[in-house]
Amino acid sequence: MAVPIIELQKVNKWYGEFHVLRNINLNVARGERIVVCGPSGSGKSTMIRCINRLEEHQQGHIIVDGTELTNDIKNIDAIRREVGMVFQHFNLFPHLTVLENLTLGPIWVLKKPKAEAEATAMKYLERVRIPEQAKKYPGQLSGGQQQRVAIARSLCMNPKIMLFDEPTSALDPEMVKEVLDVMVGLAEEGGMTMICVTHEMGFARKVANRVIFMDRGEIIEQNTPEEFFSNPQNERTQLFLSQILH
Amino acid sequence: MAKGSVNGAQPAPPRRLSWNDPDVRSIVYQAVALILVVAIGWFLVSNTLHNLSIRNISTGFDFLSRESGFAIGESPIAFGPENTYARAILVGLLNTIRVAVVGIVLATILGTIVGIARLSKNWLIAKLSMIYVEVIRNIPLLLQLFFWYAIITESMPGPRQALNLLPGVFVSNRGVKVPAPTDHFAYDLAAFGFLLAIVLIIFVVRFARKRQDATGQAFPVYRTGIALLLGMPVLGWLIGGAPLELDVPKLQGFNFVGGATLTPEFAALLFGLVLYTAGFIAEVVRSGIQAVSYGQWEAASALGLTRSQTLRLIVLPQSLRVIIPPMTSQYLNLTKNSSLAVAIGYPDIVSVANTTLNQTGQAIEGIMIIMAVYLSISLSISLFMNWYNKHIALVER
Repeated sequence: MAVPIIELQKVNKWYGEFHVLRNINLNVARGERIVVCGPSGSGKSTMIRCINRLEEHQQGHIIVDGTELTNDIKNIDAIRREVGMVFQHFNLFPHLTVLENLTLGPIWVLKKPKAEAEATAMKYLERVRIPEQAKKYPGQLSGGQQQRVAIARSLCMNPKIMLFDEPTSALDPEMVKEVLDVMVGLAEEGGMTMICVTHEMGFARKVANRVIFMDRGEIIEQNTPEEFFSNPQNERTQLFLSQILH
Repeated sequence: MAKGSVNGAQPAPPRRLSWNDPDVRSIVYQAVALILVVAIGWFLVSNTLHNLSIRNISTGFDFLSRESGFAIGESPIAFGPENTYARAILVGLLNTIRVAVVGIVLATILGTIVGIARLSKNWLIAKLSMIYVEVIRNIPLLLQLFFWYAIITESMPGPRQALNLLPGVFVSNRGVKVPAPTDHFAYDLAAFGFLLAIVLIIFVVRFARKRQDATGQAFPVYRTGIALLLGMPVLGWLIGGAPLELDVPKLQGFNFVGGATLTPEFAALLFGLVLYTAGFIAEVVRSGIQAVSYGQWEAASALGLTRSQTLRLIVLPQSLRVIIPPMTSQYLNLTKNSSLAVAIGYPDIVSVANTTLNQTGQAIEGIMIIMAVYLSISLSISLFMNWYNKHIALVER
């Protein structure tokens, strides 16, 4: 197996007394698509937020594309340029237009000319199928549209890795599909390493190479989607699946 | 009210004139309020006119064109006892505007720095800012003005023992004396150079933005700006023949003559107003920054923006919406608090108008002038800030 693009080695993290991550070991191969699921409070969001240092781990090693995450700001900035993130609550910049949201990173971080950044931005807006909204402000869009803009914003930075932190759980049911379609499209294109925290099991079946189940800060079980859903090994996994697949 | 049909032929819902109709109630309340205001106003005016006439006090603003006969300690324009009351009031107005404008600019800068510092991750900086805010805003301003005035006038030596910090600069209890430029053409050129530098900086900023748009490379705007601001006046001075003579303050008798002065009164008032208002502005800025959700910081970090870029490009523009309205109040407070100048002898509008009304007995006119001045300054600030607030408002829906 080639060198993994993300390596987590014995990662531990505490919030005060609360042990959120317990001895997490995870290797993600280049181009691999992983779905992380588990009950709320199981540490899945915390784990992926550690990968681009929105949260600090307290023990263990996290190595992203050959660079270890330490308190070195240069390393953190270098890793953040390679890792895109999509949030549950979109976190678009409400004072900037959709186009400005998309070009902000390329202009200020990647130092690209404005025209080039805008051309790239329009390309990705086409891809998430809302080029006509470029001049609007985020507050004028629906939730599903906002999340698609947020995905496009991350893609504009041309990341090697995309992290999705429950991208559909704040959306109205009828808008979940439009966001998932965009994510499926991204996955089918191939080449992008994706880690997605979600409870959309249909999405997991369709695109994931591997499904990871977490509970109480531990990785309990991981397997291919077929095996994971048809033949869960652990008791807690079975219980979780029985609750979520009605 | 348009009771007509919205959908063409559709009849409007039935309405009856009733006390239970909110529209009827609101009209009645408004009518009552209007009648009360007019009645109170009429009572006050007629009562005043009656009292003035039985005491044989003349009314009107004729006194403004009479000779004032008093001197004013400091003035941005030439003024002497032979000038009119109108000019005296103008001096007071200019003095008020001078301290208010300089005060607002400095208080905004200091307050923003302290407000951001209070959110610093550095424990010492955050705590020092907190102590500053809590001490400053919990001591009455008048007390602080007395304090600064006493510090300057009591603890500084007299003019004869003045501290000579730099050649030509003297610090004493009469204020800070510095050399002033003489009436030489070169100094006019230097001043012109300074103005030219400001114009050039505007062009440089535009050019820098265009260049960044075109090539992605940032231009060192700040360094260029500082170089222009310092270089252009020196260039003007050199072109004018680089004269070396200055109007240096000299000790003559008990005080200095010549040079320019920062008076203890102006310094104490400015110091007090700036430090006091900055304490409030710091809290306004802090609350504005904290009103921006943490997700915005996270999204910016995830894109790879640095902390200072995030603050400048993402957080401050959004917090301005929350900051502007209370900030306007603080600007108005500072302007109106400058009337405490009268306590330490700075000749602001209140102080000058007080002298005027004492000498002429035109109390009502004097108070009306003070009120009109503060009202127009305050309304100007309000109008400008409201315009700015609308300018930066968020677009939603």
